[in-house]
Amino acid sequence: MKPRKEHTRALIAIAFLTIVTIVIILLDLSWANWPLSISQVIDVLMGGGSSVNRTIVMTINLPRVVMGIFVGAGLAVSGAVMQAMFRNPMASPYILGLSNGAALGAALGMVTTIPLIPVAIAVPALAFIVCFATVMLVYMLSRVGGNIQIETLLLSGIAVSALLSALVSLLTFLSSQDQMEQIVFWTMGSLSKATWSNLMFVVPVISMGIILMATLSKELNAMMLGDAHAMDLGVDIRKVRIILLIFSTLVIAAAVSFVGVIGFVGLIIPHIVRLVVGPNNRILIPVSAFAGATYLVMCDYIAHSMYTITGVLPIGIITAIVGGPYFIYLLRKRKREVGWN
Amino acid sequence: MNIENLKFNYNGKPVLNGINVDIREGEILGILGQNGCGKTTLLKNLNKNLVPDSGCVILDDNNLEEMSKKEIARSIAVVPQTNEIRFAFTVRDIVSMGRMPFMGTFDGESSKDVDIINDAMEKTGISTFSDRYINTMSGGERQRVIIARALVQNPKILLMDEPTLHLDINTQFDVLDLISQLSKENKLTVVIVSHDLSMVARYCDRVMLIKDHEVYAIGTLDEVLTPDNMDTVFGVDAELITDIKTGKRTVFLHGSTKRL
Repeated sequence: MKPRKEHTRALIAIAFLTIVTIVIILLDLSWANWPLSISQVIDVLMGGGSSVNRTIVMTINLPRVVMGIFVGAGLAVSGAVMQAMFRNPMASPYILGLSNGAALGAALGMVTTIPLIPVAIAVPALAFIVCFATVMLVYMLSRVGGNIQIETLLLSGIAVSALLSALVSLLTFLSSQDQMEQIVFWTMGSLSKATWSNLMFVVPVISMGIILMATLSKELNAMMLGDAHAMDLGVDIRKVRIILLIFSTLVIAAAVSFVGVIGFVGLIIPHIVRLVVGPNNRILIPVSAFAGATYLVMCDYIAHSMYTITGVLPIGIITAIVGGPYFIYLLRKRKREVGWN
Repeated sequence: MNIENLKFNYNGKPVLNGINVDIREGEILGILGQNGCGKTTLLKNLNKNLVPDSGCVILDDNNLEEMSKKEIARSIAVVPQTNEIRFAFTVRDIVSMGRMPFMGTFDGESSKDVDIINDAMEKTGISTFSDRYINTMSGGERQRVIIARALVQNPKILLMDEPTLHLDINTQFDVLDLISQLSKENKLTVVIVSHDLSMVARYCDRVMLIKDHEVYAIGTLDEVLTPDNMDTVFGVDAELITDIKTGKRTVFLHGSTKRL
């Protein structure tokens, strides 16, 4: 049997992304407040290098790069899953109010002090909890007699999201100058605060989430044809949908609670990948994971390389500035496919 | 398949009020009725897309309610009313989805699956465009793809909801000729919900009329499609005739019997 077109394309895409990822990782590892050369980075990774260089690469830069890889992969896969599950090209990790939920939690953690719990733990913990609670609230609001209407779900997500956004603004307005700066900076996203102890939580949650979502690829494919089609093919759509919703939310909550709001990755990466490898989720999900990881580490590198001009930029700004125009270009060039007719 | 005293309510209003039918192996059964009589709801109850409020559907001595969706999909396939698919899946992607009920989480296609898929595409005449994208195809072509997907499920029973509704007139005949031939070759039981009297008369072995959420009549064409019944259920002046040229049965419509 001749190899199928999409499979060949997927393999080329993965090979290409692997090479790009390695280069980008090496580049990004070379940055702290000043750049090392790539050969110095390779020295350190091979076990050599000066002790200063070792500290820069292994202690300062590596956690940030690892965080970028997992957060990027997690956001892209969750976005791909949500677009497929809701059959809606605008669905992204943030449409159900996740980003504003996490932002509210983080802001609460910054303006209040909880006795015995340090701010470094309170902020991500509250972001995670409020983010998760938001999705559950949105889900319950859109239940009508045991059934979920996709349109109602998306609309309640947008409504709750707007409400939470207003609450974040309110907290920002009422907070001190110092807290205000923290909240604003958090909502622009940053990988710089990543530590190995954060990663002990983020890496297992995101990888488990991605793997579990990938095991439901076949069901997700059927759901893309419509709920009735999926049921006719033996898919218990209610069960599959709630499992996917829980895991995609877990992944996104784990990602944003440590790095803040990083927009656009979950929206555009799945679209771009779908244009290249087609809509089959068995291929789309792994390739999206690679592409999301590459994209975020690349944006982090760009954020650092602007250092001499602007200081290290928040990564959320870069993901949108780089991704926005490219996405608009794709929309113009291949309107039909991106716009799903 | 037996349907026993099936009742289904929607928002407290009865949609199906005690349906009793035996569906016989290998037959093509047509279900006719006016819009809103409950015929589509009945079809959805036959593969547990909807669960009856009381009564039950028995498939080979098993109560459908106690079977999982996946088990049901191994015996019952559906060709739904509309097949608009917005994603660029290839024809082969769509057809192979019919093997889903037989595959575990981590299974890929076995060589047996591949054979079944190729065979179904051959039978439905879509082998030549297996790499084409489903969202670029015409209604008739899409319908054949969905029929191929249903065949890949190796079903005992095929449920069709208004299978010819959005098709060109010639394609309507092509699709139903295919179904009729497959039914004979594979002893496939087919249940067709329709409001097209002449199509049902041409292709179905037995007919069931639904009126006011209950079975009004069931039996052979001659028993059921009488001028009286067609007047009562549809408000038309019509008769069941035999087409001289083809020898096939059809319904000739003289007009409405309702006076405005």
